Amino acid sequence: MLTTDRHQGKAWTILFLCWLTACVSSLGSLFFSSVMEFAPCVLCWYQRIFLFPLVFLLAAGLFPLDPRVGRYALPLAVAGWLTAAYHNLLYYNLIPESLEPCRRGVSCREEYIELFGFLTIPVLSLLAFSLLITLLFLFKRSVSR
Amino acid sequence: MKNHVIFGLASLALLFSFWFGSAYYKAKKAESMSFLAQENAELFIREHSQSLGSDEARVHLVEFMDPACETCAAFSPLVKEIMEANPGKIRLVLRYAPFHEGADTFVKILEASKKQGKYWETLNVMYRTQPFWASHHDPQPERIWQFLPKAGVNVEQIRKDMEDPEIVRILEQDMADAGVLEVRKTPGFFVNGKPLQVFGHQQLVDLIEAEIKLQYGE
Repeated sequence: MLTTDRHQGKAWTILFLCWLTACVSSLGSLFFSSVMEFAPCVLCWYQRIFLFPLVFLLAAGLFPLDPRVGRYALPLAVAGWLTAAYHNLLYYNLIPESLEPCRRGVSCREEYIELFGFLTIPVLSLLAFSLLITLLFLFKRSVSR
Repeated sequence: MKNHVIFGLASLALLFSFWFGSAYYKAKKAESMSFLAQENAELFIREHSQSLGSDEARVHLVEFMDPACETCAAFSPLVKEIMEANPGKIRLVLRYAPFHEGADTFVKILEASKKQGKYWETLNVMYRTQPFWASHHDPQPERIWQFLPKAGVNVEQIRKDMEDPEIVRILEQDMADAGVLEVRKTPGFFVNGKPLQVFGHQQLVDLIEAEIKLQYGE
């Protein structure tokens, strides 16, 4: 458990960075849909469902610092990561068309942006969830030391 | 205590960035739209586009609409009101963006009614009877026919004229222009090329009045 203040300070910083990642991703996602008016596809919505609660859940885990916050945050982050991974497979045509779950409305293959030539929205989502999971594991390690 | 301060400052910084980013993006977009309006006026007004109001009007209100869109119907009397309040200064130009599934049919009927000189009458009847054939975003084209005689059109002639391939070309052109102008929702309003950025009746009135001031120097 938390033995020293320094340990606690480090753990808090990791969780804070994790919260910051969730915030930036959520606001970025809202920027795409509300400001740039990109319509989110079905898979994007599932990823948002897993992402948005993390902003509040992680903030609650910061005050006071809850060493067990990973128990509640990780299932969301992992579920989001799996959805994002599936979305990427679909987006880059690694899964055949017949498995596509979104028939009507916006296609999950709709291409909106490509930053620096490779950063598409599904890639950004996968990176965000990967970072969240990594930080949550680092947090777990730093509190159990 | 220090942690609370960091958290608070970070929250503020995040919200501010979002707000600033939105304002910046919208300003950029308005700028590029007004450039588009100067360089490619035909993106907004095509040869085939129906318009209402004086040809001398200096304020062009371009509306991308869908006959099956409930908000377009609700805005129709409001637009009329604004035009009546500023006689001779506003010209309304209608463009098609039938995003609802099956809404193409209504555009075809409208275009066919144009051949009988009953375009605006037919549009008016469509908007007023819309709850009967397009409620809950589920257009039922077969239900419109019973109402068409109210517009004083020859219904049999419309059934024939609406198959004209020229109408499909008009639809495709309008949808392509809507794509370039990034119209993703209806109604999509432009006032002399300036997009209505925050949707609402008052916002539209403000945008039009600002443009009237600019053009007529009141």
